[in-house]
Amino acid sequence: MKPLADRVERLAPSGIRRFFDLAGSMEDVISLGVGEPDFVTPWNVREASFAALEQGYTAYSANAGLLELRREISSYMKTFGASYRPEDEIIVTTGASEGLDLAFRALVDPGDEVLVVEPAFVSYGPLIELAGGVAVPVSCAPEDGFTVQAETIEAAITERTKAIIFCFPSNPTGSVMSRDQLADLALIAKKHDLWVISDEIYAELSYEEKATCFATLPGMQERTIIINGFSKAFAMTGWRLGFTCAPPDVTRAMLKVHQYGMMCAPTLVQFAGIEALRSRERTVPPMVKSYRQRRNYFVKALNDTGLPTHLPGGAFYAFPYVGHTGLSSEEFAENLLMTERVAVVPGNVFGTSGEGYVRASYASSMEHLQEAIRRIDRFMAQLPQAPKHVIKK
Amino acid sequence: MYTEQQLELLELLATNGQIDPGLAAQMLGLEKEDVIDSIERFKTDGVLLGFTAVIDWQKIHSHQGVTAFIDVKVTPKRGRGFDEVAERIHRFPEVTSLYLMSGAYDLQVVIEGKSLQEVAQFVSEKLSTLDSVISTTTHFRLKTYKHDGVLFSKDDDDKRLKVTP
Repeated sequence: MKPLADRVERLAPSGIRRFFDLAGSMEDVISLGVGEPDFVTPWNVREASFAALEQGYTAYSANAGLLELRREISSYMKTFGASYRPEDEIIVTTGASEGLDLAFRALVDPGDEVLVVEPAFVSYGPLIELAGGVAVPVSCAPEDGFTVQAETIEAAITERTKAIIFCFPSNPTGSVMSRDQLADLALIAKKHDLWVISDEIYAELSYEEKATCFATLPGMQERTIIINGFSKAFAMTGWRLGFTCAPPDVTRAMLKVHQYGMMCAPTLVQFAGIEALRSRERTVPPMVKSYRQRRNYFVKALNDTGLPTHLPGGAFYAFPYVGHTGLSSEEFAENLLMTERVAVVPGNVFGTSGEGYVRASYASSMEHLQEAIRRIDRFMAQLPQAPKHVIKK
Repeated sequence: MYTEQQLELLELLATNGQIDPGLAAQMLGLEKEDVIDSIERFKTDGVLLGFTAVIDWQKIHSHQGVTAFIDVKVTPKRGRGFDEVAERIHRFPEVTSLYLMSGAYDLQVVIEGKSLQEVAQFVSEKLSTLDSVISTTTHFRLKTYKHDGVLFSKDDDDKRLKVTP
């Protein structure tokens, strides 16, 4: 038989996969390995999709999505100070993941380099490669709370660099870049004429201050593609509903890919999205408050077990340092899973700069988090030379 | 006035009255002493009136009991409104809740008794005989699905995969 596509064969399988198989085969596992909310989608949103089904909305929608939903998205983006026209600047996608794919395929020619600010969501690199591009990692600095410096980015720029992608608040570190820090990145983007893909899927889960929409920085809207969606803020991961906001010419290009590859996001789900946005002031703040309480508890408790952990400003991940245990990220995660049945994700699956760390999601009940801490405490106590309370600088 | 964190503490207590003050302190970014002091202050201020448990008595087979919701129309008293009759009603130990309502009737009285007869007796002998009471309509509870925000059928299994990106 003729070989499968080389481009696909060369892709490394996701490092999360192995852990998933391992943890999935075990009983009594407390999983902190889950990258999604522990809330079920708010009832009014679920109910809105029943109503749409009852009324027979089972046909395709416009390629770009229901205009009614795009209008809601447009007014939602205004809460971040961003202004996007529903008619030609917004596409409703099948999850933010599809939005990422559209962005890369619309921007990247073979050999083009895309800077990926790491540690990063596992899909960026592979999607860039599938689009024919080259993913170039740029590391965040742990000592700066996993933010990225403009100089670090500039050092990685070549004449083939076409775009940069980052995600703040971050999966996996939970870190947030301030408006001023992002403004530094904006200067670089302008100076080197880079497209910017800003993954703002965690924007709503920002605990100290409202997250900055990158397109609202001076001169950035014309070169920025905003990726966002309903999964995290509205607890709608399984619905697969996201959206992109981008200048009209970029939106037109992405829409070509979307219309041939996806046609449209599921219509029923789009109706649920309308309800989610309309009811957001009632449904989202209580969830955010609950994550913040759990973050406060969990990060302090992790530090107390001897795992130095910075206080993340957003998302629902803690990113504790484990390097001082003498174990690699993978060894730590695997040993913790085998001996204490707590699942975390080794940091290196999010890029080499994640080595020495693990990602622990606190989107879990307080009871589970407390039990996980008891188990991690026990695990740390039995490590041969676990130096307690070593703070890495 | 209470701080933002104190209000959040009240919300935490409203969903879990048993929460450990040390844990609540960590969740809110406070010191344990702050939480203990705040709880004392809530009590002194008459904001925090007590702690009760939500119990599904339906699961206790030996538990004999009925709950009735009684809509009561009354004649308010000059100068004292509904308060006078309300105070006479709430002193009966059978009355577990009492609300002044808007709408078709005035007071909603919640009664717990051992049997229908016991409740019927209370209504006919104690409640209806009060001077201000014009009429009563008694409804018996058949089943509890949700009480004070707590679901009575467990529906909280985690449907997520164990590890996702």
